[in-house]
Amino acid sequence: MNELIQDSKINSFVESLPKTKIPFNNELIVNASTVLKSIDFPTTRSEAWKYTRLGRIKAISASGQSARVGKNLSRELIKDSYQISNSGLTFVYENGVFRSDLSSGEFPKGATIKPLTGCAKEELTSVGQTIQLENELFNSLNTVYAIDGMSIDIEDGTVINEPIQLIHLLTGKNTIANLRNVIRIGKFAKAEIMQSFFALDAENSFANSVTEINVSENAHLSIHKLQSETEGNFHISTEQVEQAKDSTFTINTITLDGTFVRNNLNISVNGINATTNLNGAYILKGQQHVDNHTCVDHKAPHCNSNELYKGVIDDKSTAVFNGKVFVRKDAQKINAFQSNANVLLSDLCTVNSKPELEIYADDVKCSHGSTTGQLDEEAVFYLRARGISEKTARSLMIEAFMADVLEKIENEDFLKYTQSKLNKRFNWESIVE
Amino acid sequence: MWRIFFALTYILKMGYTENELAKDLENQEYKFGFVTNIASDKAPKGLNEDIIRFISAKKNEPEWLLEHRLKAFAIWKKMTEPSWAHVKYAKPDFQDITYYSAPKQSKKYESWDDVDPEMKETMAKLGISLEEQQRLTGTNIAVDFVMDSVSVATSFKAKLAELGIIFCSFSEAVQEYPDLVKKHMGTVIPVTDNYYAALNSAVFTDGSFCYIPKGVRCPMELSTYFRINEGGTGQFERTLVIADEGSYVSYLEGCTAPQRDENQLHAAVVELIAMDNAEIKYSTVQNWYPGDKEGKGGIFNFVTKRGICEKHAKIAWTQVETGSAVTWKYPSCILKGDYSIGEFYSVAVTNNFQQADTGTKMIHLGKHTKSTIISKGISAGKSQNSYRGLVQIHKNAEHARNFSQCDSLLMTDECGAHTFPYIECKNSTAKIEHEATTSKIGEDQIFYCLQRGISEEKAISLIVNGYCKEVLNQLPMEFAVEAQKLLAISLEGSVG
Repeated sequence: MNELIQDSKINSFVESLPKTKIPFNNELIVNASTVLKSIDFPTTRSEAWKYTRLGRIKAISASGQSARVGKNLSRELIKDSYQISNSGLTFVYENGVFRSDLSSGEFPKGATIKPLTGCAKEELTSVGQTIQLENELFNSLNTVYAIDGMSIDIEDGTVINEPIQLIHLLTGKNTIANLRNVIRIGKFAKAEIMQSFFALDAENSFANSVTEINVSENAHLSIHKLQSETEGNFHISTEQVEQAKDSTFTINTITLDGTFVRNNLNISVNGINATTNLNGAYILKGQQHVDNHTCVDHKAPHCNSNELYKGVIDDKSTAVFNGKVFVRKDAQKINAFQSNANVLLSDLCTVNSKPELEIYADDVKCSHGSTTGQLDEEAVFYLRARGISEKTARSLMIEAFMADVLEKIENEDFLKYTQSKLNKRFNWESIVE
Repeated sequence: MWRIFFALTYILKMGYTENELAKDLENQEYKFGFVTNIASDKAPKGLNEDIIRFISAKKNEPEWLLEHRLKAFAIWKKMTEPSWAHVKYAKPDFQDITYYSAPKQSKKYESWDDVDPEMKETMAKLGISLEEQQRLTGTNIAVDFVMDSVSVATSFKAKLAELGIIFCSFSEAVQEYPDLVKKHMGTVIPVTDNYYAALNSAVFTDGSFCYIPKGVRCPMELSTYFRINEGGTGQFERTLVIADEGSYVSYLEGCTAPQRDENQLHAAVVELIAMDNAEIKYSTVQNWYPGDKEGKGGIFNFVTKRGICEKHAKIAWTQVETGSAVTWKYPSCILKGDYSIGEFYSVAVTNNFQQADTGTKMIHLGKHTKSTIISKGISAGKSQNSYRGLVQIHKNAEHARNFSQCDSLLMTDECGAHTFPYIECKNSTAKIEHEATTSKIGEDQIFYCLQRGISEEKAISLIVNGYCKEVLNQLPMEFAVEAQKLLAISLEGSVG
């Protein structure tokens, strides 16, 4: 493989990265390597990266990836600071490498969960088929250089009540970590997965995560995703979801910290009568840049999708929202709703919102809305007139604004954890009780 | 009087079902597909510097304008055709277009009586007869008629001149008011703006020019009619409207073309300048030949329209788009002055194989600037109809306000309706709202009407009527007469 990417434009970026040890299909690796050979980092001239510059990621030069795993961490630290729920299985990854010493919990019945590097080639034949490689630098990078990740396979008819937690830690300087997860939920099965991303003494590090999700007939899957990497770190995350008929897929994306976060959430609804819920909250400060790209592709009739993304943007931060709803020809009776709301708190922040609809069927109800504004001064005045300090009044209003999204989170542990993070930031009283 | 006419049509149109409407939309024949047999003076096909010099010489243009053209041509040669719009078409062959075609008797007309009778007939067929306009008291419209890129008649000129209003063809303006033209031309849309604006700047042949002096309220609607008559020609006209401080003008524009198998190119540039406290209302009814039922032929309508607002100024664009095979058009407002206002009202109807990618850009630069966008799309047949809009709030645009609403109505299961709004905000005091819906006529809406004793047919005409009303109400009364005729069946039953 080495000679294949020898003259790649992104050569200097990948040269020190070790090749993936995951036994992917050979063809997949060849295809991804060919893509890497032919493309460069996308610029703002490309529509998908119109508002997001990659210069700083480009500048990260990784040196000696493997040397950086094995940070001295205790299970207690994980439990106290990073574990969202105390029940269920917890898997911890450091820079993409599985740390069995930090992981805990009992394996539930009916679920096969193991690291991808531990899978046999035959088990992974269908992996990567739905991930687009053409013109997708980060997907291709992830395919060729993925370090490790989890293969989660829930058998037909299995209901798992405890959440499965995947904790990704980014450590060290100039680290580049390519993470890959493969999730399959069998027919009539139900599961809940928490994915959280943190950085620990990390500086100028970059996590590139790709998650393949397959939701079978009548299955229910909820994903709770928390992005809370520290300042100076970068994160690009791609979820490719395939939904079969009668299935339900819910994802809550909460973005709190991290200098640069980009989420690509692609959902392909392939079967009839499926439901898709996308909720997102982004709370930005400092020089953060958060870019949420979502795409719901309705390929089958009689489906519903609901999307709600809300953001609070402060200081010099930039928020980007690009939501796309596709309704293919003959995908009749679709109800698709998309909403994006932004509150600007400072004069130097920027919001770019681009909610899109592309509709090729007539018997549908699709709508989208986007608002950008600030806290209502009259409401602030109303509260102050009742003896509430200006600071409290403002944080109360932010709380009320974000409540729309937070109320949709069904998992109490995840909600509490998010809440506590936000309380710290805004000094809120808890709205859980 | 015309209100009665509308009401009558409306009543006659009741008893109209959705299927019938869809059918009518499909079967609607293009009513303006005649060719006027007027000998014309044509330049050879092709595009090169010599052609540009030829056009410039034909028009007896000053040196600076020729230089402007050549500069634009040099820039255009370096540009590539944009491909981001949601439309598919065969790229026009720019060497296979005649860039200059003038009706032979292109001498200046002193009065209406001098105009070629055949030309008068053309106008009569279009339903915009100047004679009719002149006879109708109370409906004062000054019309500038542009055929194959050359202005052939301008009416009411003398009356306007009394007020100091200049309304004439672009080439006349170049001869008679070179300072005004030189000062303002290209200030809103520079030659480097985009591919088709650059092409237009290089080869434009005529258009309309309008200047409203300080504090004058133009007493009548000013109107331009564009018609492509000759086969194998492209129409490249340019409109420049300048409203000086405190003035007001309502400007109308209409377009038609004969039926032809080939695709013809129309690449126009419209620049509006609204100085302090001025107001410009610009209304368009676009009805270029849309191609036949199989999608053969039709006009490529690639137009750049933009206006600039100084302090307290207002620009309102209203458009009814029913024609063209491919439309690619974004009438925009640069809200430069504080407290300026930009408005955009649009109804876009696509049918058969038509494709439209249209919308607006509202660029907020000044403080307390306001913009409103109302866009209604109706797709029928196998057409694709897209709204693409940009709302941009710059750093210093404090307390900027925008409201956008884009609705799409789908008539058949083979058409498409798309929305691509871009919202960019860099100021925390701005308030931006955008909402869009896509649906067919709701069964619950019909049910609601049925429940109240309104028959299904009436309910449908009521709903479609209500759907477009917000925009059609913005059209000036006099123009609504013509809009009614031009829209023909496209919106019949929906125009109240």
